[in-house]
Amino acid sequence: MAVASSGFSLPEFSPRIDQVGVEERAARFTKRSIKNDSKVQGLKLVLNMIDLTTLEGKDTDGKVKQLCYKAMHPHDALPGLPTVAAVCVYPTMVRVAKKALEGSGIRVASVATAFPSGQSSKDVKLRDTKFAVNEGADEVDMVISRGKFHAGEYNFVFDEIAMIKEACGEARLKVILETGELGSFDKVRRASDIAMMAGADFIKTSTGKIQPAATMPVTLVMLEAIRDFYYKTGRMVGMKPAGGISKSKLALHYLVMVKEVLGDDWLNNDWFRFGASSLANDVLMQLVKMQTGTYQAANYFSVD
Amino acid sequence: MAKSTARKKTNTVRLKFDTSWSYDPAPESRSAASISKQYDLFINGEWKKPSSKKYFYTINPATEEKISEVAEANQADVNLAVGAARQAYEKTWGKMPAKERAKYIFRIARIIQEKARELAIIESLDGGKPIRESRDFDVPTAANHFFYYAGWADKLEYAFPNRKASSLGVAGQIIPWNFPLLMAAWKIAPALATGNTVVLKPAETTPLTALKLAEIIQESGLPPGVVNIITGAGQTGSSIVNHPEVDKIAFTGSTEVGKIIQRAIAGTNKKATLELGGKAANIIFEDAPLDQAVEGVINGIFFNQGHVCCAGSRLYVQESVMKQVVRKLKDRIASLIVGDPLDKNTDIGAINSKQQLQNIQKYLEIGKKEGAEIYQPSCSLPRKGFWCPPTLFTNVAQSNRVTQEEIFGPVLAILSFRTDDEVIEKANNSPYGLSAGVWTDKGSRIFNMTRRMRAGVVWANTFNKFDPASPFGGYKESGFGREGGLHGLLPYVNLK
Repeated sequence: MAVASSGFSLPEFSPRIDQVGVEERAARFTKRSIKNDSKVQGLKLVLNMIDLTTLEGKDTDGKVKQLCYKAMHPHDALPGLPTVAAVCVYPTMVRVAKKALEGSGIRVASVATAFPSGQSSKDVKLRDTKFAVNEGADEVDMVISRGKFHAGEYNFVFDEIAMIKEACGEARLKVILETGELGSFDKVRRASDIAMMAGADFIKTSTGKIQPAATMPVTLVMLEAIRDFYYKTGRMVGMKPAGGISKSKLALHYLVMVKEVLGDDWLNNDWFRFGASSLANDVLMQLVKMQTGTYQAANYFSVD
Repeated sequence: MAKSTARKKTNTVRLKFDTSWSYDPAPESRSAASISKQYDLFINGEWKKPSSKKYFYTINPATEEKISEVAEANQADVNLAVGAARQAYEKTWGKMPAKERAKYIFRIARIIQEKARELAIIESLDGGKPIRESRDFDVPTAANHFFYYAGWADKLEYAFPNRKASSLGVAGQIIPWNFPLLMAAWKIAPALATGNTVVLKPAETTPLTALKLAEIIQESGLPPGVVNIITGAGQTGSSIVNHPEVDKIAFTGSTEVGKIIQRAIAGTNKKATLELGGKAANIIFEDAPLDQAVEGVINGIFFNQGHVCCAGSRLYVQESVMKQVVRKLKDRIASLIVGDPLDKNTDIGAINSKQQLQNIQKYLEIGKKEGAEIYQPSCSLPRKGFWCPPTLFTNVAQSNRVTQEEIFGPVLAILSFRTDDEVIEKANNSPYGLSAGVWTDKGSRIFNMTRRMRAGVVWANTFNKFDPASPFGGYKESGFGREGGLHGLLPYVNLK
């Protein structure tokens, strides 16, 4: 594939985004009141959509194994819980996670392409990706070159994504836009369109290393991009807000947003994920409360 | 894995909104509001039995159940109320230092805030509007109007520099059923701030929050007779309008009644402001932020079931984005929830009355007969009560009655256009001129459009935004005079 000279023209017609309007619309989702059975169902869905994540320099095999156990057994004291969707680690930890999760159906996601900054050569990014896939990653979370994007080199950004997509083979590709570095909703929309056209299976807000990370308005802009792309091409693209979602209530607001923007086809972990590590315990705490009527102290939930 | 099924032919692509996860009912508690079984007339600071001895029911339009009964004021009662207002004007209120007047108005505003939850529940029960709207819009905005005009009371010399503003006397105020509490606030607050006294009549289908406001006024210690609130139907209103001791008429309602009022006061010394109907044009250009424009259109027409005089009921879409906008609108209304007004998740509540529902249905039939394509989402409606699903009319012509006439319901007529000049001509081609909306990314176009549009309010990249500080009112058959802001003081003063 002649990525370097594809002659692809950038999406000039990415629609404009009105910031005030997006923020108002996003706030409207938070007015939905989720109670009783729909709350229990919603919380279980949230749990099942979580990419349990550890992305630290100090990660060890032992830490990753413990995280994987938590992924499979979120809270055995409460029967009938789903597992999380995936465990997300650095490439060097993929093999460990893959082994620990064997047979559970939980996927292993690996960040790649010189995560989190993306400031490296094409060659390094390509090898980073291939390494992760060869180690057994089911999903690859790449970062876009924000510097090139800001410089207006959209072809470069497109080509890079297409190249990584090719390197992924069977693994699904999540493209991290790092919206906290993009500066405006117009740019978030343009980056979303480029990523989807270049072959992204998922678009993802953030690395979790930059503030602000995921917000409802930014996620809304991306969901609307996914909807327009779906109507244009017939291809579904998944969405993953990451970072900053640590409370159940907020996660339920996100579910409401997905449901009302993209509809029910997206309401499963094939098409929607939460990139979060502390969200799981808050969801568990709420689920236990829904069953017993009382909140348990945080000490009753494992920290991994 | 779903991956293999991810790509579909685009001509069959459709979003699904009604299959899996849904929201359980989340009703606001009715018991948080206390409603009496019977309400008398609030005259001279007291509750008086009507001399007609007659009472009429007010019902919950969502269930058709009776909520309460209210007194019907006849000519004798109107005489009493106007007399009380006249006396209060001459003895107390008209002479009171402005700073003192302001204190009472501030107090009313604060009590409204304290009773916000109760007022919101009653508003939704009596009028059918979703609790989300009465809680987040009607009640807080009503309190804000009192706060805002309380601030003006002792600053009239700054409002009208180098001129002396004096009060008029007794204001007769007649308000509609679409925003009962808010309209009462719009009318009463500026009248009190400028030193006038008031006889107010709420609409016969939605009198309860105005009567609750009477209780608040009583609690605030406002001198007796300064505000009198009497209930009744058209005849009561007519008695107020024709009463010789009334100095000023403020009316919000239909253009038809507005014309009757204007005829009635012709040749008298009465001042008037009329805020009447509308058929607002909402215009989407191809460069607009489309998703936000669609959201604005939704809020513009489905807010309060479309019972809004400034509702954006005519949508003009530039032809190049027409298909896309219609599809987005259809997707959006699929996620609107129609049902119990007291449920916190409800987006569209009950139609205010049986009569109004019949009127809307009449227009739905007219639209279909005129050859327009009707689109309504599949949503289940409660069996009792008055309901109309959100409705889109496409394939509509400028000459269609659904484009020309005010429907006052959740019905949107969608038309296309090509050029700026064309759309301005079409937008202005209406007997009304209350409001309009423009959606474009281009700043210069906003100014060009707003300058040429004959409408009292033109919103740019938003719709249905209200603030006590900004004036509101119409051109042509939408009435005259302005309410809100500095301009809202003017109809209640004589300037020397």
